[in-house]
Amino acid sequence: MPGREIVAEDIVGATRGAVLSRGLGRSYGDSSLPARATDKVVCTRLANRVLSFERETGVLRAEAGFDLVELNRLFMPMGWFSPVTPGTKHVTLGGMVASDVHGKNHHREGCFGAHVRAMRIRLADDEIVECSPTKDADLFWATVGGMGLLGHILEVEVGLHRIPSRWVWMESERVEDLDAFLDALGRAAPVWPMTMGWIDCLHRGRAMGRGILMAGRWASADEARSRPPRDPRKLVFPVELPDWALNPLTARAFNTAYYWRHVRRKVETLVAPDPFFYPLDAILEWNRAYGPRGFTQYQCVLPRAAGPEAVRDFMHLLTKLGAASPLCVIKDCGPEGRGLLSFPLEGTSIAVDMAVSADTQHIVDELNALVIAAGGRIYLTKDGFTRPEHFRAMEPRLPRFMAARDKWDPHRRLRSAQSVRILGDRA
Amino acid sequence: MKAVVLGGTTGMGRAIARLLVERGDLVFLLGRDAEELERSAADLSARHPKRAVIGSAVCDLERPEGFGAALDAADRALGEFDAVVVTAAMFATQDALEADVELARRLVTVNYANTVVFCEHVRKRLLARGGGRLVVFSSVAGDRGRKPVAIYGSSKAGLSAYLEALDHKFHADGLSVLCVKPGFVKTSMTAGLKPPPFAGEPEQVAREVVRAMDRRKPLLYTPKAWAPVMLGIRSLPRFVMRRIGF
Repeated sequence: MPGREIVAEDIVGATRGAVLSRGLGRSYGDSSLPARATDKVVCTRLANRVLSFERETGVLRAEAGFDLVELNRLFMPMGWFSPVTPGTKHVTLGGMVASDVHGKNHHREGCFGAHVRAMRIRLADDEIVECSPTKDADLFWATVGGMGLLGHILEVEVGLHRIPSRWVWMESERVEDLDAFLDALGRAAPVWPMTMGWIDCLHRGRAMGRGILMAGRWASADEARSRPPRDPRKLVFPVELPDWALNPLTARAFNTAYYWRHVRRKVETLVAPDPFFYPLDAILEWNRAYGPRGFTQYQCVLPRAAGPEAVRDFMHLLTKLGAASPLCVIKDCGPEGRGLLSFPLEGTSIAVDMAVSADTQHIVDELNALVIAAGGRIYLTKDGFTRPEHFRAMEPRLPRFMAARDKWDPHRRLRSAQSVRILGDRA
Repeated sequence: MKAVVLGGTTGMGRAIARLLVERGDLVFLLGRDAEELERSAADLSARHPKRAVIGSAVCDLERPEGFGAALDAADRALGEFDAVVVTAAMFATQDALEADVELARRLVTVNYANTVVFCEHVRKRLLARGGGRLVVFSSVAGDRGRKPVAIYGSSKAGLSAYLEALDHKFHADGLSVLCVKPGFVKTSMTAGLKPPPFAGEPEQVAREVVRAMDRRKPLLYTPKAWAPVMLGIRSLPRFVMRRIGF
């Protein structure tokens, strides 16, 4: 990483004069990276104290570096859970706000930002302010999903949700093709508070888009097992595989195995939260599977109005470009939130991992063109390749976001490699 | 356990205080900055299974005249503590210390003289109540005279010798003294330095320290891999030490 990374407990002091704050650095693209080698970036990882927690209401206030691993470990036994969780628990509160993360319950609960009550922020001019949906609301909603470009998030206050038990009741269903999949997602949404699907996007023809739909809800106290879930085992991906290890052949073999492991069409079962919410966290450093070339992810949302055809076209294009990989996740999203650059909108979100290669720029360009035509958008947290003109075309809210930046950071002191690439900030 | 932690607002001290509190021990925090102490106390209180109120008092290793009052405050809050953990100390690079004699004086005073004075206050109190535990962070840097840590290392060497003698002299009276020698641990103190092999995390160090404390061990290299490494370095002949850079 270029730039100077300051790791300190005292982020209030460290953020003075810094151009960006970052959490655990799990964004797939360049949003948490500095633009220049001399830029000072603050890592909030060590600023991880709980400042207050109200047992009756579940309102938690903590420093920005407090992460979901700790939140779950401390508050789940007391019957509280994050109102929204992304697919990894290696994420800080500050990062969850900056990306306005969404989860399996987006169609019910919206994004994380919808549950944030207040934030303490160091602005570009070094002043420290407290903002909320009622105080400096424009700053608040530009910061929610604002990729850290409005100010350094120092503290976050969020309302946790009560959970009836520490177990999840899950129903998973093997689905034979894409139409059936979209149909099943639509049927599950009103019934289940949490849904998502894994799609096998490597198979062409009739089986294209077959996959496994997962729906879940917190188990009631009498359904749940009496013992708490075991701590997840910590497996570490032992070596970095060579670049060729993950190729179309091995990827397809993996997908076929994963699909048919689900032998019964429908399975209902009680599962622990970790494998349900964070399947990839079970193997630390799994990125080594992609070898030294590294990987990125492409995530977009296609609006409901564009219909299932848009999703089908997307899948076809993905296959045609040879960009498909074992990890392809699909989810239907609820209405757009209030964060000025918040990602989800009512429609279907698709996320695909891809190994980085000389083709990646071309692939992203092609996919973006389709997304723009469908009226959709991409997720900045996952992006390292989108062109500025493409981003402008898919983001009608951008002028409002830039107006907020004009007001709170007119000199563009705060910036990232991503904001230089996409928003035209000076390097 | 009723433990006083000097340096519990940051780094390894923070990790140890959390571990103690989460298993139900009572903790009282000592440190330099009143506001930091309050924020850390709130964090610890939220983690305590019974939500015990965690107290704190200002105590600065550069101001030995305040040690007695700070320990009095701890005694009042806990009702006579039975364990004390000291992670606080000063750190500066050899270059910075060689460039600034006053900084060197301050560091040696804090890490050796004033830490010993603080331990003496603690020793008297613990012996008067029939014993207890004293855990003090020294460093692997004190094991040999080494070029890159000549001044910092010497302050820790003196501290290690004192702690060993304390253990020998008062063990029979019920006072357990644990000298902790951390190797490279990824804290804000070492941020910016390139981590060597066997670099540890504060949480891992905290687990090993609390375990050694419970078992009344006198000496701990942590993370564990540093014990054989330091055994090797301690047995190197002088003419080798003179030639090598570390």
